[in-house]
Amino acid sequence: MEHTISVKLKIWRQRGPKEKGQFVNYSLDNVSTGSSFLEMLDMLNQQLVEKGEEPVVFDNDCREGICGMCSLYINGHPHGPVQGITTCQLHMRKFNDGDTITIEPWRSAAFPVIRDLMVDRSAFDKIQQAGGYVSFNCGGAQDANSLPISKEVADTAMDSATCIGCGACVAACKNGSAMLFVSAKVSQFALLPQGQVERKRRARAMVSKMDELGFGNCTNTGACAAECPKNIPLSNIARLNREFLNAKFSE
Amino acid sequence: MAQTSKLEGMIDSTPIMHEYADIETGNMPEYTVDSKIPEGPVAEKWTNYKAHQHLVNPANKRNLDIIVVGTGLAGASAASTLGEMGFNVYNFCIQDSPRRAHSIAAQGGINAAKNYQNDGDSIYRLFYDTVKGGDFRSREANVYRLAEVSNNIIDQCVAQGVPFAREYGGLLANRSFGGAQVSRTFYAKGQTGQQLLLGAYSSLNRQIQKGTVHSFTRREMLDVVIVDGRARGIIVRNLITGEIERYAAHAVVLATGGYGRAFFLSTNAMGCNGSAAVQAFKKGAYLANLAFTQIHPTCIPVHGEDQSKLTLMSESLRNDGRIWVPKKKEDAEAIRAGKKKPTDIPDEDRDFYLERRYPAFGNLCPRDIASRAAKERCDAGFGVGTGNAVYLDFKYAIERLGADVVRDRYGNLFDMYQMISDDNPYETPMMIFPASHYTMGGIWVDYELQTSVKGLFAIGECNFSDHGANRLGASALMQGLADGYFVLPYTMQNYLSDQIKVARSTFDTSHPEFDKAEADVRSRIQRLMDIKGTKSPDEIHKRLGHVMWNLVGMGRTLQSLVKALGEIEEVRKEFYSDLRVVGKADDLNTELEKALRLEDFLVIARMMAIDALNRNESCGAHFREEYQTADGEAARRDDEYMYVSCWKYTGDTEKPILIKEPLKYEAIQVQTRNYKS
Repeated sequence: MEHTISVKLKIWRQRGPKEKGQFVNYSLDNVSTGSSFLEMLDMLNQQLVEKGEEPVVFDNDCREGICGMCSLYINGHPHGPVQGITTCQLHMRKFNDGDTITIEPWRSAAFPVIRDLMVDRSAFDKIQQAGGYVSFNCGGAQDANSLPISKEVADTAMDSATCIGCGACVAACKNGSAMLFVSAKVSQFALLPQGQVERKRRARAMVSKMDELGFGNCTNTGACAAECPKNIPLSNIARLNREFLNAKFSE
Repeated sequence: MAQTSKLEGMIDSTPIMHEYADIETGNMPEYTVDSKIPEGPVAEKWTNYKAHQHLVNPANKRNLDIIVVGTGLAGASAASTLGEMGFNVYNFCIQDSPRRAHSIAAQGGINAAKNYQNDGDSIYRLFYDTVKGGDFRSREANVYRLAEVSNNIIDQCVAQGVPFAREYGGLLANRSFGGAQVSRTFYAKGQTGQQLLLGAYSSLNRQIQKGTVHSFTRREMLDVVIVDGRARGIIVRNLITGEIERYAAHAVVLATGGYGRAFFLSTNAMGCNGSAAVQAFKKGAYLANLAFTQIHPTCIPVHGEDQSKLTLMSESLRNDGRIWVPKKKEDAEAIRAGKKKPTDIPDEDRDFYLERRYPAFGNLCPRDIASRAAKERCDAGFGVGTGNAVYLDFKYAIERLGADVVRDRYGNLFDMYQMISDDNPYETPMMIFPASHYTMGGIWVDYELQTSVKGLFAIGECNFSDHGANRLGASALMQGLADGYFVLPYTMQNYLSDQIKVARSTFDTSHPEFDKAEADVRSRIQRLMDIKGTKSPDEIHKRLGHVMWNLVGMGRTLQSLVKALGEIEEVRKEFYSDLRVVGKADDLNTELEKALRLEDFLVIARMMAIDALNRNESCGAHFREEYQTADGEAARRDDEYMYVSCWKYTGDTEKPILIKEPLKYEAIQVQTRNYKS
C-alpha cells in the first residue's frame, strides 16, 4: 500500500549557460510513494513558489514516457536508478524514507545547460535534419501493401525507431557520444526497403553532422544502451559502423 | 424525445432562471456561417473541389509565406507538405523539438478504409461509422472526405518508412477499435502516434534542411495579428529569453491541439493548452461545439491530490480485455476495504456490464458509452479501488491465447501499467476509470478548414470539424494527418491564389497592427505579474479542474451547469486578485507560462459550460441527465439541436453570440445510435 516518506534533495541550480552553478539542498516531507518523481518536484516547486522563490526549472511534457522531453541525472543515472523507464515514469515507491536524492542536468558539451536542470538538445534535431528521412514528397505513394516487408524486419526496424530522442545515451557516455541515437535512426532506414536508395548518403551525412556538433567518439563502453529508457540495443551501433564504413569505401 | 421515467425524482429538472436562457436572441442575420460545402453527391464533392479550385503556380509559391503553429501530426504534416510544394513556411512549437508534440503519445492506431482484411470495409462504411459514432453531429461532407483520404495516409506513411505492424506474409496487420465491426486500425505496437509523428517530423526535417521550412522551437503564440480583415501574423513569446517576437505571413495555420486540460487532470501533456483557440476567438474566429469533450474510458485511476496527469491505457486493450465489476455490492465493498481480491470473485459473480448492455459491440462499444457505463456502475456502488474504478481483465485472453501472445500484443502497455500502479496485470485485473482525453469541439472551420477570419486556418484537434459529439478510437491520428497531408495543402492554394498580388510590405511586422498586438500582449503579461497575490497558477488551475470535472464532466444537468458558471466566475475572480507569478516577465519563467495558459482556460471553461447549457439534449459525449431514454441512453433532440453551435466572442464576461450551422444529412439516414444488436 502507498504511504508517505520524507526525502532530502540535492539539486543542481544554474541561472544560465555561462553562469556558475551549484548544488542546493532541500528537504521535502509527506511525499506519497504513489507519486511520480516529477510530481515530487512539483511539490517542491509549489513550496518554493509559496516562499516567493523561483521554482526549479526542468523539462517535461507528456509524463508517460514517450515524448522524450524529461531528462535528469538522478543519483548518478540518467532517468534514475530503474532500468528501461524515463524520469516521468519513475515513482517515489522506489525510494526510502530519509533518502538523499541527487539531481543533476544532462552533462555534455553538446547539450549546454539553459537553466537549472533544463538543457539545449537542439543538436539532435540538426543531426536528423542532415539525413534522418526518406526523400519522398507527399502525394505520390503506391499502395501500402504493394511493398511487403517481413515481420522480422519490420519488428527490428520498429525496435530502432522506438528511440525517443531524450539524450540519456549522450549523458551516460563518458565521451558524450551520440552514436546510439544516430545509429537508431540509421538502422531503422537501413533495415527497411524504403531507406535503401539513400542508405549511404544518410549514414555519411548524419555521422558527419554528429562529429561537427561536438559529440564525442564511441569507445564501445555500452553505458548508453545500459541507461537507455527504451532499451535500444548496442547492435544498432555495430550496424551504424558497418553502414558508415560501407558508405565511406564506396565514396 | 421521451424523457426517462425511471430516473424521475432522481434528477432535479426544475426550471431555473439563469442569465444565459435568452442566448438565442443573439442569432441575428448579420452573423451567419458559410460552410462552403461543394455541390454534388457526397462521394464527388472533394474530387469536384480539387478539379475546380484555384492553384498557385510553382514560381509564385516561394513568394508566399505561411505560418504554421504547432508540430503535432496536423502541424508537422501541413508544414512539411506546404514546404514540399514550395511555399515559404514558418513553423512554431512550445517544446524543445518538433518531435515532442503530444500526438506522440497516441497509442492504439490509425483507421483507414483499406479493407485489407476483406471484412467488408469501404470508404462509405468508415464515413458511416464516423458519423454514427459522432452521434449525427458532424458535417457529412467533411467526414466523407476524411474517409476518402484515409487510404492515402497509410500509403504516405509506409513510403516514409513508418514501421507499422505486419503479418508473417509481410503485409500490414490490422486490429479492431471501438464503434466498428471491421478490423481497420493500423498500428505500430502501442506507439502508433510516436511512429506517425516521427514520420511527419522526418519529412519536416527534410524541408528544414532544404530551407523551405523555418523551425522555431520553445516559442508560444500569444496573439494573432489581423491586418485589413485578414490574419497576417502572430506574436510569440520566446520561452527561453522571455522576449516578445513578431512574425508576418500571407496566411496563418493553427494546429495547436485540444483544450482537455481545462479539467486540470487529463491524459494530455502538461503543456497542452487552448490558448491559440482563445486568441483566435478574441480576434473574431468562432468556437464551435465546445461541450463535446471526450472522456476516455480506459485510464489509470486517480491516486491523490498531488497528481499532475492521468495515463491512458490504449483502447486496443478492449480487443482482448473484458471489463467487469462485482455483481454483488458486498463483494465490491469487501474489495474496497482490502478484504477481498478481484481474483477471489468467481466468474458467475462478475458483472461484464458492457457485454450485458451492448451485446453486439460488447467491450468495443464507443468511448462515450463505455465511460458513462463505468460511471453508472461506480455511482451505483459497484466500483472497486477507491470506488472510482472498474476492472479490465486479461485472464480470459491469457487462457484463450496464452500469455506470450498477450505480451506480444500489449506488453509495453502492461509494463506501463505496472510501473504506475505497482500491480501485475498478467496476474490481477487492471483498474481503470474514465478521464478527460480529447476535445471534439474547437475552432469553427468551413470545408476549406478556414476559420471565420480570412486567412486563418485551423487543423487537427484544435478545429471542431470531423468527430461530431464523440470521436471513435484511432480517428484522431487519421484526422490530424488528413488535414495536414491531404486537405489543407489544397485548400490553402485556393486561398492564396489571389494573394500573390498583395505585397509583403503591406503587412510586414512594422505595420501598426503588429505594434498594437505586441503592446496588448505586453500589458496582458504585466497585468498578471502585477497581481502579486498568494496562489500559484497550478493551485488555481486545480480548483478550476474540480469545478469542470464535477459539474461539466460526464453527466451534466441544467442545475450543475448554472452552478458551474457561478463557480468559474469565482475562480476567475480569484485568478485576477490572488495569482502569484514569481520571477520576471522578460526571462525564462515557467510560472508565467502556466498563468497565461490558465487565463485562457478560464475563457474556454466558461464557453464549455455555456455551450453545454445551450444544448438541451444528450448526444455522444455530451450527456445532459435530463435527456435520456428509459434505459439510460443519450436522447438526442434532432428537431431542435441538429446544428453546430458557433460562438462569437463579445467580451470575457459578456454573453457570447450564438450562430447555428444547420447539419444536413443526405447520404446517411439519421437514426438513433444502437450498439446493442
